[in-house]
Amino acid sequence: MDFLVPLFVVVPLGGAFLIAIIGNLARGFGRYFTSIVFAFLTGLCIYFMLHLEGPVVFKVGGWELFESIPIAIYMVIDGLSIYLLLIINLIGFLSAFYSISYMKRYTAESHYYTLFCLMTAGMNGVVMSGDLFNIYVFLEIAAIASYALVAFEIEKEQLEASFKYQVLGGVSSLFILLSIGFLYWYTSTLNIADVSRMIVAGGKREVVIFTQVILLSGFGLKAAMIPFHAWLPDAHSSAPSPISSMLSGVLIKAIGAYVILRLFFNMFAITYNIGMVITVIGTLSMVIGVLLAIGQWDIKRLLAYHSISQMGYVILGVGIGMLVLANNGDRAVATLSIAGGLFHLFNHAVFKGLLFLNAGAVEYETGIRDMKKLGGLSAKMPVTTSTSLSASMSISGIPPFNGFFSKLIIIIAAIQAGYYVLSILAVFVSIITLASFLKVQRYTFFNRSGEEWEKRGKQVREVPFSMCFSMIVLAILCFVLSTLIVPSVRDVILTPAVDVLVKAGEYTTAVLGY
Amino acid sequence: MILFILAVFLFLIGVYGVVAKRNLIKIVIGIALMEYSVNLFLILVGYVKGGTAPILTEGMTKDPFVDPLPQAMVLTAIVIGLATTALLLAIAIRIYKKYGTFDIREIKNLKG
Amino acid sequence: MKGMTIIVKKVTQMICGVIFLYGIYIIVHGHLTPGGGFAGGAIVSGSFILLILAFGSEFLALKKEETGSSILESSAILIFLIIAALGMVIGGVGVFFVNFLPKGTIGQLISAGVIPLFNIAVGMEVAAALLTIFLALLIYRDEVLK
Repeated sequence: MDFLVPLFVVVPLGGAFLIAIIGNLARGFGRYFTSIVFAFLTGLCIYFMLHLEGPVVFKVGGWELFESIPIAIYMVIDGLSIYLLLIINLIGFLSAFYSISYMKRYTAESHYYTLFCLMTAGMNGVVMSGDLFNIYVFLEIAAIASYALVAFEIEKEQLEASFKYQVLGGVSSLFILLSIGFLYWYTSTLNIADVSRMIVAGGKREVVIFTQVILLSGFGLKAAMIPFHAWLPDAHSSAPSPISSMLSGVLIKAIGAYVILRLFFNMFAITYNIGMVITVIGTLSMVIGVLLAIGQWDIKRLLAYHSISQMGYVILGVGIGMLVLANNGDRAVATLSIAGGLFHLFNHAVFKGLLFLNAGAVEYETGIRDMKKLGGLSAKMPVTTSTSLSASMSISGIPPFNGFFSKLIIIIAAIQAGYYVLSILAVFVSIITLASFLKVQRYTFFNRSGEEWEKRGKQVREVPFSMCFSMIVLAILCFVLSTLIVPSVRDVILTPAVDVLVKAGEYTTAVLGY
Repeated sequence: MILFILAVFLFLIGVYGVVAKRNLIKIVIGIALMEYSVNLFLILVGYVKGGTAPILTEGMTKDPFVDPLPQAMVLTAIVIGLATTALLLAIAIRIYKKYGTFDIREIKNLKG
Repeated sequence: MKGMTIIVKKVTQMICGVIFLYGIYIIVHGHLTPGGGFAGGAIVSGSFILLILAFGSEFLALKKEETGSSILESSAILIFLIIAALGMVIGGVGVFFVNFLPKGTIGQLISAGVIPLFNIAVGMEVAAALLTIFLALLIYRDEVLK
């Protein structure tokens, strides 16, 4: 089964350049081909998830261990990687299907699909790689494709947002490369399992702490955590809507939160200080993100600020787990907290993707993004209204939608670990999120009556079929994902991912084999 | 040892260019300088005292080889730097056409 | 864009072929001497860009040139992926990226298996990519000046 592992990177990469060649002749080729590629990748993910026992290790080029030193580039699929691969390819398939109708009005459509497939190839590569420099190369592929996609509709605001995003993203990538240089100097190897072995064996503590700080700031910018969040509102609100749902729903998780989890749990030894730093950053992101979001009147900017807040929940859950593990506390509490964080990761991808697709549907029909000028759309666009209602209730944490369960698990774990202030803050932020989304629903869909639109001379109808299909599937997923609480479903999907992080020292022996 | 200090000094000059200059093109040049300094640092990591180029030829002496792995890393990093610079410049000239100026104090449409 | 003076035109006529051949030498000897795909590809594209800069771009149908070099770049990457995936079929037990051609003696030109083929694909790709970037910026400049 391990010869199927590189297909996750090769198929989108080859597909991207095939679209670039054939798109010069037939403009519509890229549309349908991208959806086929993503459907194949999602099927491959589900096949892997059902047949996975233990990490699948693939050495590129077939170079075996030389005197028990790993010399090949490793690609590793274990529980955490397959969990994120499922999120990336599922949301990617639904966004690609949505863009069949949405992107018909642009003439440079084949370039869009090329960049979309390239971004997914980069994200798949980051999530699967077992080698430090390989993470950097695939990270840059995904990031450069996303810089070009943010500036896709070449107007004034898109160009300014893309330039800001590029400068900040470029500086953070340089910090990551600098820290890889320091780690290579300290351990003279690039394989994650081997580096972990060398760091645990002891030595100079100052180099390790310096590298941890630089890595946290570099990847913190990619994950849009609080001191490093300045690029997010501009970039995510200026991109075309299916790209906004991919950026906010998948990119900040695959190249931001996932790499922090992999490096700080499995590579570096878990220490109390770094756990405290991560928890503080998560709490600040949670609180400041939602406070900045209340006053916004532009739909997509408001959704982008809420992304910062919800990613704060994920980092908070993981940080509490790290603190409990560093103090040698109760393993059950750490498992609960990390499970809550990872569950919220999946939930956020689903409901934030759905919210951005809804905002795109509203903008496709009316051309307006300012909430003060919208209203009265509920009778004319029933599918958009109902799916937006389900996504808003999901993000605010109302049962029986999936957001309620993941937030409940994080709050219960915080109380059990003894951090009462954090749990009160989490409940407080959830209440403010509810208020903010009540405002969004009222002003966008329910404020005025439907005849206003005829008076303005605009014909507002429901959006085409491909856009409706993606929104309905995501809304159904919002219900279905609450069943991840049930133990039989949880053991297939969520428990392998949590086990990789809680039993952090076993990654090295599982990958290297000794 | 002094080469490491000079590489860090070049990085700091790049940071000054990104942070303190107002012209878009000078910011791009600042980022390019930072990239070159990190590449230089990576090559310096792999130096072995008295080493020769890591290529197998006939008639080699018994000198140690310089570490070839950072050289492969730097080749890849140079290509990535090229792509980043090309994309930054393409966006910068389009900003000039739309806004009419390169000054970042005038380019402030997105706020809040 | 206009060309340059007659001295530049004459010198470019004499020397751009030599630069092209030098770039191809560096690409093909990538497994013996320093250089390889990327450095050689940059030199090859340098020869084309020198020609366009010296003689001016009024002689070219710029849009057709840019489409042509873009298609060449994408097909070079597809050739690279096909050679890498051939390793799964021919050599080994289905391992990606394996070196399946015979490796000759060290120091000969035809040796080291698949590596010279990879170098040629990468050199073609880099040369075409740099030429596409240059032509795209040139097309935009002509549009802006109108």
